[in-house]
Amino acid sequence: MARIDLADLAHSYQGPAADPASWALKPISMTWRQGGAYALLGPSGCGKTTLLNLISGLVKPSRGRILFDGDDVTPLSTQRRNIAQVFQFPVIYDTMTVAENLAFPLKNRGMPRQKIAERVAEIAQLLDLTPYLARKATRLSADAKQKISLGRGLVRPDVAAILFDEPLTVIDPHLKWELRSKLKALHRALDLTMIYVTHDQTEALTFADTVVVMQDGMVVQSGTPQQLFEKPEHTFVGYFIGSPGMNILPAAVQGRRAHISGHPISLTRNYDRLPAGAKIEIGVRPEFIRATSPMPTLLSARLERVDDLGRIRFAQVRVGEQKLAAHIPAGTNLSGTDVGLAFDPAHVHVYADSRLIEGTA
Amino acid sequence: MEKIVNQKAWLLVLPVFALVAFSAIVPLMTVVNYSVQDTFGNNQFFWNGVGWYKDLLDPSTEFGGRFYASLLRNLFFSATVLAIEIPLGILVALSMPRDGWRVAACLIILALPLLIPWNVVGTIWQIFGRSDIGLLGYALNALGLNYNYVSNPLDAWLTIIAMDVWHWTSLVALLCYAGLKSIPDAYYQAAHIDGASRWAVFTAIQLPKMKRVLLIAFLLRFMDSFMIYTEPFVVTGGGPGNSTTFLSIELVKLALGQFDLGKAAAMSIVYNLIVLIVCWVFYTVMTNVGAERSPEAGGA
Repeated sequence: MARIDLADLAHSYQGPAADPASWALKPISMTWRQGGAYALLGPSGCGKTTLLNLISGLVKPSRGRILFDGDDVTPLSTQRRNIAQVFQFPVIYDTMTVAENLAFPLKNRGMPRQKIAERVAEIAQLLDLTPYLARKATRLSADAKQKISLGRGLVRPDVAAILFDEPLTVIDPHLKWELRSKLKALHRALDLTMIYVTHDQTEALTFADTVVVMQDGMVVQSGTPQQLFEKPEHTFVGYFIGSPGMNILPAAVQGRRAHISGHPISLTRNYDRLPAGAKIEIGVRPEFIRATSPMPTLLSARLERVDDLGRIRFAQVRVGEQKLAAHIPAGTNLSGTDVGLAFDPAHVHVYADSRLIEGTA
Repeated sequence: MEKIVNQKAWLLVLPVFALVAFSAIVPLMTVVNYSVQDTFGNNQFFWNGVGWYKDLLDPSTEFGGRFYASLLRNLFFSATVLAIEIPLGILVALSMPRDGWRVAACLIILALPLLIPWNVVGTIWQIFGRSDIGLLGYALNALGLNYNYVSNPLDAWLTIIAMDVWHWTSLVALLCYAGLKSIPDAYYQAAHIDGASRWAVFTAIQLPKMKRVLLIAFLLRFMDSFMIYTEPFVVTGGGPGNSTTFLSIELVKLALGQFDLGKAAAMSIVYNLIVLIVCWVFYTVMTNVGAERSPEAGGA
């Protein structure tokens, strides 16, 4: 059981002397709540695996400290950190049976035989592995193997947090859903801190109560799935999360109005004090732009394509050179290539140099 | 479905058949032919049936006694070098660096003995072990040890085994190193997290992952050591006495020294059969190990 604090943590694989811009993980400070389900989300190479390995102790940080419940564990080895980690590819010990695999971490820690057997039976039950206990682990399918990897973490009674490094990569699509639900159920049942690294937003948003979005070695936003969706703090979060992603449009913003290609769009807040010389953009999710038949009051656009996702339809349109997506309200039929776009002012956000600007009331 | 019959297809096999006939079948049949005859020179041959084979397999005859004695020497030699080279090779592979320029340096140093022609290896050790001018022999005698591979059978054996270990441990080490390199980092990280000791990492991860390369190493080293000829022949010539006379040396003595073509032919056939049987056993074992890994129904 532990709260994990990262204090000014940073890492460079080239050593601390390297150019700060090249660091795999730029300095971050944050707190992971005991019992929370977190997802680290970001594209490949954004530093999320580095962060995970720093927490588990497989990599020693170039800078900063890691605290478990206030105790500095930075110099401690992985064995002494009470951390379990599940890797991208299932790691199982070939020569052992499923039961022996699960018992391995306990045996290494010198637990009495009787106690080991009890623990293994308990965890096998939890993971639905009981029928396979006597089998050789090599002969099982990838999802069962991944469960064994997870089981070797859960079996230790002292584990504070479980770290997942893209654990569903090699799992068949139809089993991914099942295994993810299993993880969620385990999280609810066991009160463990879980940190889940992925580049798949569906996985992140369905698994975690807090999603930490990373880009280029930095945490760009951390919040609930709803916060990430409704109020992205960075344009990267806007288009990385959501499908299709957020529309980011260069705009001229003055007070309570934004102008796109000369067309005014009203805003709910006042943006009088924008940083001078910054690149100003507005971000609107396609869900908050309605595509209808052209009207003089609406921003006019040229329709290029309609994507029908079944539950919802999106119009891919063009305003001048700028491409954007807008949803088509049920019952609306677009005819011809000219459409009008209606913006929902409450969900139009203003960004200066890609960062969200909070307007004044 | 109607099968198309085209006998012309046999013509396509003909070139290979001719090649194999001249490279394997004809020579083998010649040997079989010799093995059932006796000769007193002058190209005169007499039918002897399975007489040579009977003698060969009967340890009470002079011929059979020699055969069994050298077969025993062969088996003992193979067992000894395997018992030394396999663990030593694993140890070398485990202690090799994982990255950087040292890897290249180690690989080159390890590969050197493998590149030396066998008779040169023999000559090197023949001189190296001499007590008058050889570094090893001279040093050992200077230390007060009475080492002389020419007159002492034990010294001769030690020299030959040391030579084989020097020559071939690299092969085992290189194979094991390749096997070790193929283990993903995640295994070591997981073992680290599971609190595994160095020994547990070796038995639970490294050894099982090296199983296949070790099998290949074992096979190659067994076959090679079982057929050894050049090196001991150059160093000891089979002596002192007959103490280092292996099957291959015996064979050459019979065929070229005594011109006992019939005996030599019978012996080569049996020698060949032993090698074939061992090959077959290894092949069976290896394919079974492969089958064990094929995915079976499972999943949870």
